[in-house]
This record gives sequence, C-alpha cells and structure tokens, in this order.
Amino acid sequence: MSAPTRKTMARLMRHPSGCVGVVLIALVIIMSASAGFLFPSGPWTIAGTPRLWPGADPAFPLGTDALGRDMLSALFYGSRVSLAVGAAAALASVIIGTLVGAFAGYYGGWIDDILMRLTDAMQTIPSFLAAVAIVGIIGASLGTITAAIAIVSWPMIARLVRADFLRLRSYDFVQSCKIIGMSDLRIIFGQILPNCLAPIIVSSSILVATAIITEASLSFLGLGDPNVMSWGTILSVGRQELRSGWYMTAFPAVALVLTVLALNLIGDALNDVLNPRLKEAA
Amino acid sequence: MTDQASPVPLRGKKTGPSWVPSMAVQRYILRRIVQAILVMLLVMVGSFILIKLAPGDIVDTLAGTSEMSAERMAELRQRYQLDQPVLVQLFYYMMRLMSLDFGYSPFNNAPVLDVIAKRWPVTAILVVCSVTISMAVGTVLGVLSARNAGKPVDLGISVLMLVFYATPSFIIAILLILVFSVKLNLMPIAGFATIGSGYTGLQYFRDVAWHLAMPITALCTFYIAIYGRIGRAAMLEVLKLDYIRTARGKGLSERRVIYVHALRNAMLALVTMVGLQVSALVGGAVLIETVFGLNGMGRTAFDAVFQRDTNLLLGVVFVSSLGVVIVNFIIDLLYMVLDPRVEIK
Repeated sequence: MSAPTRKTMARLMRHPSGCVGVVLIALVIIMSASAGFLFPSGPWTIAGTPRLWPGADPAFPLGTDALGRDMLSALFYGSRVSLAVGAAAALASVIIGTLVGAFAGYYGGWIDDILMRLTDAMQTIPSFLAAVAIVGIIGASLGTITAAIAIVSWPMIARLVRADFLRLRSYDFVQSCKIIGMSDLRIIFGQILPNCLAPIIVSSSILVATAIITEASLSFLGLGDPNVMSWGTILSVGRQELRSGWYMTAFPAVALVLTVLALNLIGDALNDVLNPRLKEAA
Repeated sequence: MTDQASPVPLRGKKTGPSWVPSMAVQRYILRRIVQAILVMLLVMVGSFILIKLAPGDIVDTLAGTSEMSAERMAELRQRYQLDQPVLVQLFYYMMRLMSLDFGYSPFNNAPVLDVIAKRWPVTAILVVCSVTISMAVGTVLGVLSARNAGKPVDLGISVLMLVFYATPSFIIAILLILVFSVKLNLMPIAGFATIGSGYTGLQYFRDVAWHLAMPITALCTFYIAIYGRIGRAAMLEVLKLDYIRTARGKGLSERRVIYVHALRNAMLALVTMVGLQVSALVGGAVLIETVFGLNGMGRTAFDAVFQRDTNLLLGVVFVSSLGVVIVNFIIDLLYMVLDPRVEIK
C-alpha cells in the first residue's frame, strides 16, 4: 500500500460511517473467503430435513430451504458471487467510462459529440431492461452478467470524468505540458487523470453496490448463472415459500441490504475524506 | 442540457409578442429535437444489432413449441426476412420504423403496436405515480431534515434514507407482500384489478388503486431516499444564501421563506433527477410487474426476450426510450423557466 492510500484508509477508519462500512464489507469478504473451508460440500448438497426453521437443529443455525439445503452455506457461497460480480462489473465500467469521458472531454469537437451521443443513447435505454435483454439473449453466465452490468453502468462515470477533463484541460499545467511537447496520451493519463481520481473512487463504491443489486435482481428473475448460488437465486427460490417459511427470503435479503448499505456508507465517507473543500473546513 | 449558470441572462433579444420564444430559445429547442432524434436512432440501431448478434431467432422458439419441418422453418424465416444479411434487415426495419410500423408479434398473434397499446398504460400509471409520490415525500423529508439539521429528527430521517437507499425494489416488494398480503391478508397479492368484479367508475378506480399501492410503494422507496438526500443537501446550501436572510429580514413567515423562497431554488437540483428516474423506473417495472403479476411493458419485454420476439422487444425499447427522451426534453424546458440564469448555447 502506498503512503497516500494508507493515509486515506486511516482517515476512512476514523470516519464513523466509513468505519462501520469497512467492518461490514470485511465481514462479507471473510464470509466469501471461508465458504469453501467451512462448507466443503458446496451450497447445492441436500444436507438435512427440508424447511427446517432457524434454531430448530443446531447443525443448521439458519435452517434449511425447501429442498433441505443448508441456508448458512448458501448465504456464504452467495457472498462470493455478489462480491465477484460487483467488483468485476464496477471495474470494467470504470475503465470504459474513464476512457470515454477522458477522450470526450480532452479532445472536444466531433469526438466529444459522437461519444456523448453514445452516452445519451445508453442512458436513454432503461438500464435494467437492457441488462435483462443482454443476459436473456446471449445466455446467463457470470461473464455475460458482469459484461451486461458494465455495459449499462459506464455512462455515469463517463459524464463525471468528461466534466473534470473539460475543466482541467484549460489549466496552466496542461498548457505547459503541451508546450514541452508531451504526447496527448501522456497528458491524459499521466497528468489530468490523477487529478480527477477522487470522484471516480467515490462513485466506484456506489457502482459496486448497484452492480450487486443488479446481479441479485437478475438472479431473482431467473436470469442468474445456473451454476452458482447467488443471493438472488436464494431469494427467488424462497419467494415460493413465503407462506410456510419467510426466513428463507429474510436471510439473503438482510445480507444483500447490509452489503449494499456498507458500500454506500464507504462511498459517503470517501466523499468526505477525499473532498478537498470539506477537508479544509474540518 | 447546459449546466453552467451565467450571472447575466443570455436569452437573446425579444421580438414579437411575449408568448413567442426568442430566437435563441427557438434555436435551442430545434437543436435539442435534432439531438433527440439522433439519440433515438442510435438506440434503435444499437438494440437491433445487439439482438441480431445473438444466436437463435423467433423461428427457433416457435419450432420449439410446435412440430415444424425444416422447409416450414425456412419459409417462415423468408416471410420474416430473417434469411437476409443483418444490415439489410436493419435497413428494412428502420424504413418500416419511419412509418411507425413496428411489425408483427407472432407469439401474441397481433401487430406489435396493438400489443404495446394494450400494455403501456399499466407501466405509465406505475411510473407517473412513483415519480410524483417519491418526489413529494422525498422533498418533504429532505426539507424537514435540513430545517432540523443535527437534531434527532434529522438523524432519524437520515437513517431511514440510508435504509431506503440500500434496499432494492424487489426486496421491498417481497416484504410488503409478506406483511400485508400473507400475514395480515389485507392487500391483493397480484394483478391490476379484481377480475370479474364488474366495478365501474369510482369503485373501479379504488380497486385499481388498492391493487397498485404495493407495486408503487416498492418502486418509490429508493427514489424517496434519493430526493430526500439531494433535497436536504440543496436546502442546506440555499438556506445559507443572502436572499434568504433578506426574506427573513423583511418579516416573512418561516413557512413562506422555506416553501416559497428556498424550495424554489432547491428544486433545481431535484428536477434534474426526474429524467434519470423515469428511465430507471421503466427498468424497475420489469421486476415489479413480474413480482405483482401486472401485464405492463416491463413484463412484455421480459417475455419477448425469452421468445426471441425481436419486433416486440424493439417496440418496447422504442416506446420506453421515446418516453425518456420526451421527459428529458420537458425537463430541459422546465429548467429554463425555473432558472433564468441557464445559458442557452
């Protein structure tokens, strides 16, 4: 970890909501890391009596689902899917959005026009509808789900980065880079981009949260990867059992909401920590 | 939309009667219309190519539901022009679209336009009610929380906003169904109205409202949180400004200062959200209509994806995107009225 990263982390931990968020996310990471170790037989094995209420059998603290699968195991394995899809989709959309926004803002003119109309078009199509269409047509797998989420969520980052580039490109330091003959690519990625990282980092945590929600929603609709147990899958199975055992939907729902809440809290805290205007006031 | 505010109103000279917009405004409106058409073109071309890139077509799906010979499949492909190269198909499709011909939906055995005409009102009701309710509730909570900044009321509202902000609509939907339909047996679990009730007039309206209360609530909560958070921040910003002190100084009631003077400026930040919200709500309708068994555009699109009903899916994409474009256009115009400083380029 570099020194500025460590400093940001330290400030984040001192921030009350940032601290809560980081602790919650750390718990989810521990869950996903220990899933294979704690439940070596995987989430699909039928382990006990079906529809066992939580606490009824000490072997299954959170009970079993309609087929007799361990709820706790499913929950642990589900956290893997959420974290993996959330992180990968957010990373991909940050990369696409940053490239589009940087080129549009730096070059302006017709490049800006083309890229921004493309961004407008992407923001016009209802994004969840587009995600459903992409995943439904190409076929559900972790790869297509991640790609679909990335494709529908980059425009927000592109707008953000473009606005910063429009502002920064007329600054003196950019002009002097041009005068000494620095290439456009080096100015964009070496000089301007480091100056607009703060809003990108803040939005990334929100992007991960949105991606996790979208993945769960897709799985809930039956558009999840059939080979993995996701929180959305548990919810869609549990929904059929609402009358007999509402706990089957309650656990994955709480897990999902807490994870998203944690990421939002981290986003809020990062906004306070990285926003230089507020930093001076504090 | 122009987001830079210039201190000097730059609207161009007025000529003619006052209800005729100035030349600059006319040019701006024209430019926005051209942009909107361009965006719609991009949306349709993009969606068409995406759908065609995927393996499988509607004839495969039809063949899966009934026995069909290879000759019959080839004949159907020829009839739906599926045997042509993608770019030729795209050309034909776009030409037909120009005359608002969306094609035929074999699964519904009806023209796409008829299917959409029957189903869009459900989604439109959901979207319009959700926008109105979430904006009203969110704004009130935001104002309340800004006026009591740092007090327990503010803290309580902020925590509620955090929870609403983190809870996906379908989880709210399940929670509502569990509490109000399964446990308390108060609310209808699904559907648009009681089937075969024969209600008319006010009774029918009440019945529909009773059925749609839960779906609309599920669609609202996330946006109540968004409007609440933006509203609170905008209010806190505005309340610091000099003109508010002036308003208080000249002895206006606190209620008038907050709701007439401050809120008008704070609204600017809220109005920009509406365009994004409408687009997101149409997407959210896919989930909510499925959960509550409503036959709207979201459900239609969802089924069309699985039936490879390209015409129907593209029709839904067209109509919902057009809705979003129109709403955004209206918001831009509204913005000019609300904020005379907005510079028109």
